[in-house]
Amino acid sequence: MIISRKKFLKIAGVSALAVTGERLARNFAGAMQSEEQKTAGALTTKRLAMVIDLKKCAQEEGCTQCIDACHRIHNVPVIDDRNHEISWIWKDEFKHAFHSAHNEYTAKHIEHLPVLLLCNHCGNPPCVRVCPTKATWKREADGIVVMDWHRCIGCRYCMAACPYGSRSFNWTDPRPNIKEVNVDFPTRTKGVVEKCNFCDERLAKGKLPACVESCPQNALFFGDVDDAGSEIRQVLASEFAIRRKPELGTNPEVFYIV
Amino acid sequence: MFMFEKALTGSRNYWYWILGLVVLIGLAFLAYLQQLEHGLGITGMSRDVTWGIYIAQFTFFVGVAASAVMVVLPYYLHNYKAFGKVTILGEFLAISSVTMCGLFIFVDMGQPARVLNVMLHPTLNSPMFWDSISLGGYFLLNAVIALVTLSAEKKGIAPPKWIKPVIIISIPWAISIHTVTAFLYSGLPGRSFWMTAILAPRFLASAFASGPSLLILLCLLIRKLTGYDVGREALRKLAVIVAYAMILNVFFLLMEIFTAFYSRIPEHMEHFQYLFVGLEGYSALVPWMWTSVILAVVSLLLLMTPTIRNNEKYLPIICVIVFLSLWIDKGLGLIVGGFIPSPLGAITEYAPTLYEISITVGIWAIGFLMVTVFYKIALSVREGFTK
Repeated sequence: MIISRKKFLKIAGVSALAVTGERLARNFAGAMQSEEQKTAGALTTKRLAMVIDLKKCAQEEGCTQCIDACHRIHNVPVIDDRNHEISWIWKDEFKHAFHSAHNEYTAKHIEHLPVLLLCNHCGNPPCVRVCPTKATWKREADGIVVMDWHRCIGCRYCMAACPYGSRSFNWTDPRPNIKEVNVDFPTRTKGVVEKCNFCDERLAKGKLPACVESCPQNALFFGDVDDAGSEIRQVLASEFAIRRKPELGTNPEVFYIV
Repeated sequence: MFMFEKALTGSRNYWYWILGLVVLIGLAFLAYLQQLEHGLGITGMSRDVTWGIYIAQFTFFVGVAASAVMVVLPYYLHNYKAFGKVTILGEFLAISSVTMCGLFIFVDMGQPARVLNVMLHPTLNSPMFWDSISLGGYFLLNAVIALVTLSAEKKGIAPPKWIKPVIIISIPWAISIHTVTAFLYSGLPGRSFWMTAILAPRFLASAFASGPSLLILLCLLIRKLTGYDVGREALRKLAVIVAYAMILNVFFLLMEIFTAFYSRIPEHMEHFQYLFVGLEGYSALVPWMWTSVILAVVSLLLLMTPTIRNNEKYLPIICVIVFLSLWIDKGLGLIVGGFIPSPLGAITEYAPTLYEISITVGIWAIGFLMVTVFYKIALSVREGFTK
């Protein structure tokens, strides 16, 4: 059979369209299905949250045990250049973490109070909303904002969307900067975004997040805020806790006792 | 393929020009191989400034692409005959610009090999998905329109009837590409510099000033090189479009400044402060932004004086001024300024590295190469110009 070039291009074009169309249709169908599942499972879900008691945290001056524990087990590279730094959990001063709560007469010990910062696992996460590949999503079962490092295309839209600076990008290959690789957890490649995962891999084994477990002051509380009887709810009921930038409507799940 | 043979004949200077562009593209390719090998760490971007000149240039050229509508709409919708010779040039400029946009996005990806994930996992809630649909569609529309109308012209027949609705669709589509591109930025909580409903209108205004300016420059250049004349009336009308669009653009910018500084909300003021007077001693972009402002004011004065605007001796100068002013404003300050200060109040400055600049220049060269080849084809078909 002899096909003219024009005809060949036509056939090729139509086939490509058909394949893409089928794929698109399947994906849309999938998206709709998961919407339904969400409502069906609503009663059984949890909302995992964290409370950080900054007074307790500050008692151990210069302590970085939670940060070390987290970064060690999650193969977070140590990069000296702040511009290329990867952080899942880190400390910054109160005046940066709570920009609007700070004023010129704020007591010095509050102004410079180190605040532990990590992903807020927002109830309404802008990073998830903007991701063009569904490489980051909010888990229906427990509300953790997780990531698929194999799907992430490294567009960094989530970093522009996150109002908390909680996401890090691998500007270079992270592996040479990991001192000791934890073989039970994946390392990342250059060109993808990463962040705190609330230790979903530990939760699956019934363990607490590494930061919570490693804190010598027991300053971190973790649990289900949907469960009225949980420890975290008792802490929140007895102490005044604030969240970062609640006015943005992101609904952060990390609370701070100042 | 597509009358491509017409681009393969030309004068010695034509080939020197092509060779120069190819060299720049080659250098960019080498720089890109380095980026592919070492990651985006070889750029000036950082934890705080996560988008730099690639995304800023992408934004700027979406505008240039969209501006083709400023010749397509009067010509096809209002049958404005004076644009008869310039419309095809506008369409080819749009095709080249959209291609540049795609390349700027591509080189900004941390994992370029996975870029098709955007289509494999379509995410309706992400403006980036819609932007890729919108830009891809615009590319196809313009490619089909240019190809069909030009082939018909070559055969000396009227273009097929079905092309008319395609052209009509391309008009709102052009508006959509820049609107959706503005939505990439204007819906992000915590990025108060972009959190403004006027971002899309402002994008369009600056697009309709910078795009037609470039088009005028290209028209004047090919008239000088080949003798192909789009006509005095077309040039004058384009200059009027540039004038109105530039006035609107400056007006919109002043709206932004009023809102930010009269409300005195710090997050809204800080970015403007960083850009125009510096913040906490950091002021890398201040000279650039004032250059842009001064050029904008000068261009307005010149554009609003009909005797100067209509004088073809001054017209190219005005167009260069407008283009430079908007290139700085949108192709540099608008994106980088949104990241400084960061949502945590940190100030990290940004400057592109040599690799980044080389890759950017290479993408420009690809754009120029496409424009050259397309214009060559269009002109040979149209008037038998062979130079």
